[in-house]
Amino acid sequence: MRNLIYFLYKYYTFLLFFALEMFSVIILYRYNNYQKANFLNFTGGIASQFYETVNNTTNYFSLREINDSLLTENARLRGQLLNAYYQNGLAQTSINDTVYKQQYTYVAANVVNNSIMQRNNYITIDKGAAHGIKPDMGVIGSNGVVGIITSVSEHYSTIRSALNSNTKISCMFKKNNAFGSLEWNGDDPKFSMLKYVNKHVEVTMNDEIVTSNYSTLFPQGIPVGKVYSHLIEADDNFYNIKVELNTNFSTLKNVYVIVNFMKEEQLKVEATNKSDN
Amino acid sequence: MIIELLTYIARFVLLILLQLLVVNNLELTTYINPFIYIIFILSLPVNMKPWIVLIISFFTGLVMDSFYSTPGLHMGATIFMGYLRGFYLRIAANKEDFETSVSPSIADKGIVWFLVYALTLTLAHHLFLFFFEVYSFFEFFRTLLRITSSALFSVLLIVIGELLFFKKTKTR
Repeated sequence: MRNLIYFLYKYYTFLLFFALEMFSVIILYRYNNYQKANFLNFTGGIASQFYETVNNTTNYFSLREINDSLLTENARLRGQLLNAYYQNGLAQTSINDTVYKQQYTYVAANVVNNSIMQRNNYITIDKGAAHGIKPDMGVIGSNGVVGIITSVSEHYSTIRSALNSNTKISCMFKKNNAFGSLEWNGDDPKFSMLKYVNKHVEVTMNDEIVTSNYSTLFPQGIPVGKVYSHLIEADDNFYNIKVELNTNFSTLKNVYVIVNFMKEEQLKVEATNKSDN
Repeated sequence: MIIELLTYIARFVLLILLQLLVVNNLELTTYINPFIYIIFILSLPVNMKPWIVLIISFFTGLVMDSFYSTPGLHMGATIFMGYLRGFYLRIAANKEDFETSVSPSIADKGIVWFLVYALTLTLAHHLFLFFFEVYSFFEFFRTLLRITSSALFSVLLIVIGELLFFKKTKTR
């Protein structure tokens, strides 16, 4: 017993170090793997409030760019309105049917804090659980995909940006629906890599990459980027494709969080598959 | 004693603001991500009890983690660095440093001593931080490059900071 106390006394610094280090590695591991530790709630969103205060001041310097991006987005959306199309048919019968059921809604949010040069980048926005945002929802900007919600507090959320080693977004070619997975290699915030595209797919420069219909996070066909360069090693089955991202992360100010009403239903059906085998 | 404590708290707040508002917005390349807030742990008095240094490191990391939304990452790195600091000082600092409450700074210990001290501990901190951030050894050499370039840049900023703000301690 006395030896034990002596041991504890002699090595208390190391034991304290060991305990604290274990503690931090465990919460790091938990967070990396399951995203269950809701860290934002733990810190009470103090950091987010700090960033919002800073952002309220600095936002005035970029009002022009914000306006420009909103204008171009408005123009693009106006082009998609029904009255922008020439009606080719002779007559239309309007039936109030149940074929079209709304699947997605969008929650607009402002970027409060953003980083682009770390290996794992995160974005903080000023909307949270009070606005119906939950973890694992997709986020898009006015030009394309931005990231995935990781943790939510009452009025703030953090997004795991597409510029993050843990973010993998299911994508496809717009022209032939060939699938790939978008992963960032930590090199340049303007580019990302599209992996697991099979070698029989025909790839050319400037091919458009959009989100695929496999994901429950994003609607199908949200723009991601364009093929910048591609090569294939002789003994490799998959392409190395460098994608120029549509979203300019360094000037990102307005984003939309995607609420998918049918996500639970899809996941439930897919879960029954898993219990099958 | 109270004044000393208040100086340390003021320095802590100042360093965090400097890191978050200035250094984080440099955004040079993805290979240079300096972290200068560790100057706070570096500049603690030599004769401070190791367990107090560990607790301070723990809280420094916790505060930084809440701002970076990376639970455990900065915490682990600062604790690792705080523990190594005790080891390093036992070897590199002499007896008089432990008897008087001198803090490891350029003014008190000279530029070469401080450079080696800051570089060793900054490398230790960045090594932990960047490898646990990537969470894999797939990009081993790229991560190593990021660590060395960021550490060199951090030390450069730390030395500039020391020369600008910490000169007064020599009068003590």
